[in-house]
Amino acid sequence: MRKRLHKWRLISIFAILALALSGCGKPFLSTLTPAGEVAQKQYDLTILSTSIMVLVIIVVTVIFIYVVTRFRRTKKNENKIPKQVEGNHTLEIIWTVIPILLLLVLAVPTVSYTFNLADVGPMKQKDKQGKTKDALVINVRANLYWWEFEYPDEKIITSQDLVVPTDKKVYFNVKSSDVKHSFWIPAVGGKTDTNPEGENQFWLEFDSKSAAKVKNQFYGKCAELCGPSHAYMDFKVRTMSQDDFSAWTKEMQNVKKPVAQGDLAKEGEAIFNKSCIGCHANTPNDSRPEKARTAPNLATFGDRERIAGILQHNEENLKRWLRDPEKVKPGNLMTGKYQKLSESQLDALTAYLMGLKVEQ
Amino acid sequence: MQAEEKFTEMTWPASPEKATLEAKNKFLGFWFFLGGETVLFGSLFATYLALKDKVPDSSHPLAKDLFEMPLTFLATMFLLVSSLTSVYAMYHMKNYSFQRMQAWLLITVFLGACFLGLEVYEFRNYVHEGHTFTSSAFGSAFYALVGFHGGHVAFGLLWILSLMLRNAGRGLNLYNAPKFYVASLYWHFIDVVWVFIFTVVYLMGMVG
Amino acid sequence: MSTIAQKKGFGATVWDYLTTVDHKKIAILYLMAGGIFFLAGGLEALFIRIQLAVPNNDFVSAGLYNQILTMHGTTMIFLAAMPLIFAFMNAAVPLQIGARDVAFPFVNALGFWLFFFGGIFLNCSWFLGGAPDAGWTSYASLTLNAKSHGVDFYILGLQISGIGTLIGGINFLVTIVNMRAPGMTYMRMPLFTWSSFVTSALILFAFPALTVGLFLLMFDRMFGGNFFDVSAGGNTIIWEHLFWIFGHPEVYILILPAFGLFSEIFATFSRKRLFGYSSMVFATVLIGFLGFMVWAHHMFTVGMGPIANAIFAVATMAIAVPTGIKIFNWLFTMWGGSIKFTTPMHYAVAFIPSFVAGGVTGIMNAVAAADYQYHDSYFVVAHFHYVIVGGVVLALLAGTHYYWPKMFGTMLSEVLGKITFWLFLIGFHLTFFIQHFLGLMGMPRRVFTYLPNQGWDTGNMVSSIGAFFMGIAVIIMLINVVVTQVKGVKVGNDPWGDGRSLEWSIPSPPPFYNFKQLPLVRGLDPFWIEKMEGKKGMTPAEPLGDIHMPNASFLPVTISFGLFVAAFGILFHVDDKPWALPVMIIGLGITLVSMLIRSVKDDHGFHIHKEDLENEDKGVKA
Repeated sequence: MRKRLHKWRLISIFAILALALSGCGKPFLSTLTPAGEVAQKQYDLTILSTSIMVLVIIVVTVIFIYVVTRFRRTKKNENKIPKQVEGNHTLEIIWTVIPILLLLVLAVPTVSYTFNLADVGPMKQKDKQGKTKDALVINVRANLYWWEFEYPDEKIITSQDLVVPTDKKVYFNVKSSDVKHSFWIPAVGGKTDTNPEGENQFWLEFDSKSAAKVKNQFYGKCAELCGPSHAYMDFKVRTMSQDDFSAWTKEMQNVKKPVAQGDLAKEGEAIFNKSCIGCHANTPNDSRPEKARTAPNLATFGDRERIAGILQHNEENLKRWLRDPEKVKPGNLMTGKYQKLSESQLDALTAYLMGLKVEQ
Repeated sequence: MQAEEKFTEMTWPASPEKATLEAKNKFLGFWFFLGGETVLFGSLFATYLALKDKVPDSSHPLAKDLFEMPLTFLATMFLLVSSLTSVYAMYHMKNYSFQRMQAWLLITVFLGACFLGLEVYEFRNYVHEGHTFTSSAFGSAFYALVGFHGGHVAFGLLWILSLMLRNAGRGLNLYNAPKFYVASLYWHFIDVVWVFIFTVVYLMGMVG
Repeated sequence: MSTIAQKKGFGATVWDYLTTVDHKKIAILYLMAGGIFFLAGGLEALFIRIQLAVPNNDFVSAGLYNQILTMHGTTMIFLAAMPLIFAFMNAAVPLQIGARDVAFPFVNALGFWLFFFGGIFLNCSWFLGGAPDAGWTSYASLTLNAKSHGVDFYILGLQISGIGTLIGGINFLVTIVNMRAPGMTYMRMPLFTWSSFVTSALILFAFPALTVGLFLLMFDRMFGGNFFDVSAGGNTIIWEHLFWIFGHPEVYILILPAFGLFSEIFATFSRKRLFGYSSMVFATVLIGFLGFMVWAHHMFTVGMGPIANAIFAVATMAIAVPTGIKIFNWLFTMWGGSIKFTTPMHYAVAFIPSFVAGGVTGIMNAVAAADYQYHDSYFVVAHFHYVIVGGVVLALLAGTHYYWPKMFGTMLSEVLGKITFWLFLIGFHLTFFIQHFLGLMGMPRRVFTYLPNQGWDTGNMVSSIGAFFMGIAVIIMLINVVVTQVKGVKVGNDPWGDGRSLEWSIPSPPPFYNFKQLPLVRGLDPFWIEKMEGKKGMTPAEPLGDIHMPNASFLPVTISFGLFVAAFGILFHVDDKPWALPVMIIGLGITLVSMLIRSVKDDHGFHIHKEDLENEDKGVKA
């Protein structure tokens, strides 16, 4: 018995050690460091349910340890025939009723929070022009392996980097244009599936204090298996104060056709207009219908956090991506859509793309 | 009682379909099987209801444009009456009158074949109107549900026919009596499913 | 009777197993086939853990990883866990209720061969353009988008093996209702029989939903259907509902027999009657019933709305109550008992904390609002491995040790058994405990790799190390099996010494007719009752007489093989291969002709004569 306990202890020590090493995870990614109202509510539920469950585990463990140590068969009592007990009604009622009570304690907040998190009333109140009255609405469209964020009332579109104001509710319409994906910003709130049929609505709130701690950047993930590069279907969330956000929207709305700076970039622009513009838009006010927007909007490409959602944002990686997208992101839809680029063409295109900036 | 034993009208047991252990097993097992079939058709009904009138564009015919009462009513009558005739057949089976049982089974098969003929005719009409298995989700769901039922009818016909042919020369015994009984049970089940199809697909479809 | 134990040549033995309708031999077939698939699934699991051991690993490519992941889940659920459960159901249930065979011996064999050929078909995908890669759930939009034939293998393979499972379920339902020995009332049935009964009912009502789902998917992929094609009005959520209407009961299909096995083991090695037997039966039935009411808790994030989410959340929590009842009943079965720590008992004892851990995270998942965080993350991966490995697999390993003497007449080594146990248990907790935290730290499931600097590196490394412990444990168990069978030391009727139910009152392995005379059952734990009254065996309920036995048949193999062949035709018909249609027709022809032979040819079975049975007795004495 002692041997068994010893091993049990070993396992738990190992597990706790491993935990201590990694802490609660990274604050820009972990649900254990909630950074907004939704995540906070879910974290509270997690703590509540864990506490109740730990209580159950303790009761079971105490009985368990007592039983397996106390009632072992030994040389002395080898031939003992124990009393054949049929059961005990009092005990059986106790362990039926107490779990029911515990579950009720859990069920009430569950139901209440479930309704609370589904409350998207404000996004449905429209004014005469069809704009949402007092709420920021973002349309999220998931695609094989990239994300599009459309601000319908502001008439701007970005891709890959979601920009949101802090300390207010942001409402999302999410859907998919191909297979099913799932939209998840772990530190800020639970996920919602993006289905190919019909939209889902939900809301999130980004807390400014928590955002400050992670340099205003959270990680977003696709949580539903969607193909080979499911693991690479990341996006980034940039948070800013409401004032900065208003300024950002203005800037985005005012962007006209981008002007290439320098000869190399001009050369790149020519390549872009020949090979890329069929799929990629380079202004945030892309008026084409959704179906025509088959690739990420590149208007803010120079401001982005990542290339292809995963690589560090630098010229070398951009060239790597353009040279052979399949190697970086298996199964992506850009592979084979354009002719092979020479090294000089790559330099030119890189110069052009890196110059696509909106923010000063 | 042995399965191979020869019987007369007097010695024939009251419930030949449950007289031996094998028969009891077959009887109960088939009821369970029908329970599973119920879930199968339930799933198909749910799929149909979810996809009813879900079509790619407005030019595609909808339920209310397609279904016609006289035709489906006639088909329903064929199938309902065939259920009744199979009851007669079982009545004669229990009375150990083999020839009469065969005759009523033949009528059952005939009515079932009429139903199937009408269904094929009906499907042909729909295809002409542009409502095919591949034309829309509605079409897929419709043909899956009604077609699965039609497939069951066809299988039932073959089953009853082969039982009739196999045993034509030797009459009833405790080995084949449960087989006839179970086949008729299956036939009733198909009939019940059709009543639901008639209500859910056709009546509710015509109302809109 | 030629069938009575004689030395046979290898060919004859193979033919014997190909044509057998004897539930004990079918149990061995299920055990072997399920065991082989378990090894395949385990190997796939190891590949997964090697790939995820370090960030940005390139041990396997993204596409191959998705195939491995899909096949791991599908194999473990459909081709390993289910058949292994069927193995023990076949080995024990007829003996436990005092029957000479199952209700439909032919159907029993057919069920096995359908499962077997379905499983082989599914695994043929590895060599024919790639395995399915859309996850074991094969959500419809991803499946329709899949370019390779992988998911077609999934659809057809599962369809074939699913039919086998379904008829197996019906068989056990009828067996338990109709074939019980005199005095074996429902409330005297051992708990393993009860859980097999409820599991069979779940199979009966759950599998048709999968059948329909697979049919719809097959029509969409191979015959131009539009069920899930959104542009033609289709809806992929239908697949999710159908899959989980099957999929959730499936979890209980797996876990209930595990509960049953452990109930037997706890009672046996505590030398004590199962505590609260009637509430255990009640809880089993209730879990089975509630199992059908909660499928949508797998779909909380789909967007069903708060009303549906709240209802399914509360319904799911309700399942904790009967499960809790069971846990406490097991603990109090041991309370006051005389606990002997054999290998099966080790598994049983370890099962309690492991399964409770899995159960409580299940309740956490039921909290719909919080599940938006857990769903499709490694938290869920940890949860279902805690219930499936910590519940089902521990039960299967326990059952293997517990019933090995009854199935093969030899006793697995206790020393090697305990080594297996410790390695497996440590490996199991090492692998999966940390995954709860990986999930909470934001790691989605089904990712083929992950980038560094996300806080997941240590956890994944620990998890991968644990997996190898489990791998080594399984290897030691295989060595145990080989060593034991080579030694071949025969054991008696009741090798554990504390057997309580009918299977321990007859020889190990039992004669092919099981009971020479059907036993008279006088209460729960009938063999224990007789032993306590100082008797060696059961009191017969009938005089010695002729025994009616079913004929062996090769038709189950040909029926299943026909479908196997036809499936290739259906699958490649999509590519307009000229040979596809003939292959399909030939395959279906083999099946239909076999079925026709089966229905036209009378099969009355044969009788073992009273005199032969008496002679056999004298032969033993002489």
